[in-house]
Amino acid sequence: MAMISADNRGLRLATRYAVLVLIALIFIFPLVFMVMSSLKPDQQLLQDSGSLRAFLPVGDISLSNYFAAFQRAPVGTFVFNSVLVTGVTVVLSLLVCSAAAFAFVFVGWKGRDVLLSILLATLILPFETIAIPLLMMVAHLPWLGMDGLTWGWLNSYRVQIVPFIADGLTVFLFVQYFKDLPGELIEAARVEGASWFQIYRRIVMPLSGPILATAAILKFLVMYNQYLWPLMVTQAEGYRPVMVGLQYFFQLNVAWGEVMAYLSLITVPVLAFYLYLQKAFIASIASTGVKG
Amino acid sequence: MASKFTVSNRTGWLMAGPAVLLIAGFVILPFFLAFYFSFTNQRLVSPNPTEWVGLANYRQLLGVTTLTLEPVRDEAGAIVMKDGAPEYPSIRTLTRNNPDRPDLAGMREWFSFSLGGDSRTYVLARDVVFMKAIVNTFIFVLVVAPVQAGLALGLALLINQRLKGINVFRAIYFMPVVVSIVVVSLLWRLIYDGQSGLLNNLLGAISFGLIPPVDWLGNPSTALGAIIAMSIWQAVGFHMVIWLSGLQTISPTLYEAAAIEGASKWQVFRYITWPGLRNTAVLILIVITMQAFGLFAQIDVMTNGGPLDSTQTIVFQAVERGYGKQDISGGSAISVILFVIVLSISLIQRWLTREKS
Repeated sequence: MAMISADNRGLRLATRYAVLVLIALIFIFPLVFMVMSSLKPDQQLLQDSGSLRAFLPVGDISLSNYFAAFQRAPVGTFVFNSVLVTGVTVVLSLLVCSAAAFAFVFVGWKGRDVLLSILLATLILPFETIAIPLLMMVAHLPWLGMDGLTWGWLNSYRVQIVPFIADGLTVFLFVQYFKDLPGELIEAARVEGASWFQIYRRIVMPLSGPILATAAILKFLVMYNQYLWPLMVTQAEGYRPVMVGLQYFFQLNVAWGEVMAYLSLITVPVLAFYLYLQKAFIASIASTGVKG
Repeated sequence: MASKFTVSNRTGWLMAGPAVLLIAGFVILPFFLAFYFSFTNQRLVSPNPTEWVGLANYRQLLGVTTLTLEPVRDEAGAIVMKDGAPEYPSIRTLTRNNPDRPDLAGMREWFSFSLGGDSRTYVLARDVVFMKAIVNTFIFVLVVAPVQAGLALGLALLINQRLKGINVFRAIYFMPVVVSIVVVSLLWRLIYDGQSGLLNNLLGAISFGLIPPVDWLGNPSTALGAIIAMSIWQAVGFHMVIWLSGLQTISPTLYEAAAIEGASKWQVFRYITWPGLRNTAVLILIVITMQAFGLFAQIDVMTNGGPLDSTQTIVFQAVERGYGKQDISGGSAISVILFVIVLSISLIQRWLTREKS
């Protein structure tokens, strides 16, 4: 009797794992296919897609697709642009949004409650509904730069950075987090004569590790994966990010091996970064669901 | 926090100022500009001054009318048949240079139906492609919202078990979320390929060649479905994680009490888990709906709205006009229409899921 129930439990456990593994295969097979295909010549790539060989590093394996991809398109420029735009936006966003949330939670000032509710109301505006008028706007904005006053922001880094520094969601996440910090601590510091900047810098920021990670990860994912916006505002290849750079690989006949090499090149580092910081990534997504 | 030590108008404005100004300038201002442009003939670059055109853009996009036609009869009064069906007068002869109905000028047939009898009702639209875009977007949202939310909940329940190595599976299920939708769309273009695509090979293998290969993206009846399936595959992990955080807020003592009472698995889900997930469910439904209405990248990479406009969407149309044709006013009008749709649907969702007191 005891034997049977133990067997049953083993069987049930095995079924559970089988289900989990099967689902895992569904989520992982296109990514394995991508990386394996990037190592194969086009002809073999298409032949292999008829069998399990599509997911294995077999046959004529080399990095030649990667070299060819660099030949075909200014891949280095695209990667540099993406890293620059993403990096600068993430850093500025953390500074600007955390400072704003600090003011909204800890400082008493006129207009604070009204402004906060207006900022939160922007959460219901999908970017897609403002993209076209924003395009018109940035095409005519002035800029004071090296060569004096110029008009129009198209084909620049600033057009990809400035509109995305502040957003309602990031401010909201910081506000939620700051509300749970002990407010008496801040008041006590004020009574002791600390300046607001000191409180922000020396008390609040050191306590904000988790929320900084969350906000940075969310912003990173949005910025690195931008497509619609850079597609419209960067006609010049010198400013294009990696996702828009993909179009280079679709002129004339598609060389799938090179496409797969380029896709792997722009995806695998992000996946590695994700797997390394897996818990923080998942926690950051989970936090967007708290308290809605 | 109303102590005199924490009140400072100057600090408040100084620290909140940058974020407030940026959001006002790059989110709120363009939102109002969308309304303004939609009433003009604004173009991205134009030598002519911009003119106020009132509702003309909206009439052009949303103009729909119906026309009921009697079949063509020969001299004897019998219905003329063509290919086994009654023949009707051609729509074009009625919409072009028709002095009786000048309002029909420029309209095209969208679809037609018959409510019995000989007559047939034709629905004409001023912009048939945009009408198809609206319908496709709604189909996408109506399928994706419940299916994705449901599958995500299933995965969350699966991953919420106490099993060795469960975190590895959670990490894998979430993986597609961190991959750009552009990359995912390109990969799936190869998976969906009509000849040597992985999907056709797989279906052929498991059916021993009985299922013939399908050109998933090249066929008007499968293209939208293929994009729906791929979109769910990519995003389901995102909502799995949100469900999971909802599941973990439910107190374990409730489950212990249920176990003591001898509740069945279904009873536990129905009376403990589901009520505990109410707020999460509302949030997930609203978030998925909002995201789904933004459908663009998949279309741009995979089908360009084709075949036969079967994957046209609202945002794709907005970009095609506003950016492709540099018609800012038309693109803005579409943006306003999209905003009105999204707002009304999230208000309806909130109302339907409100706490009943």
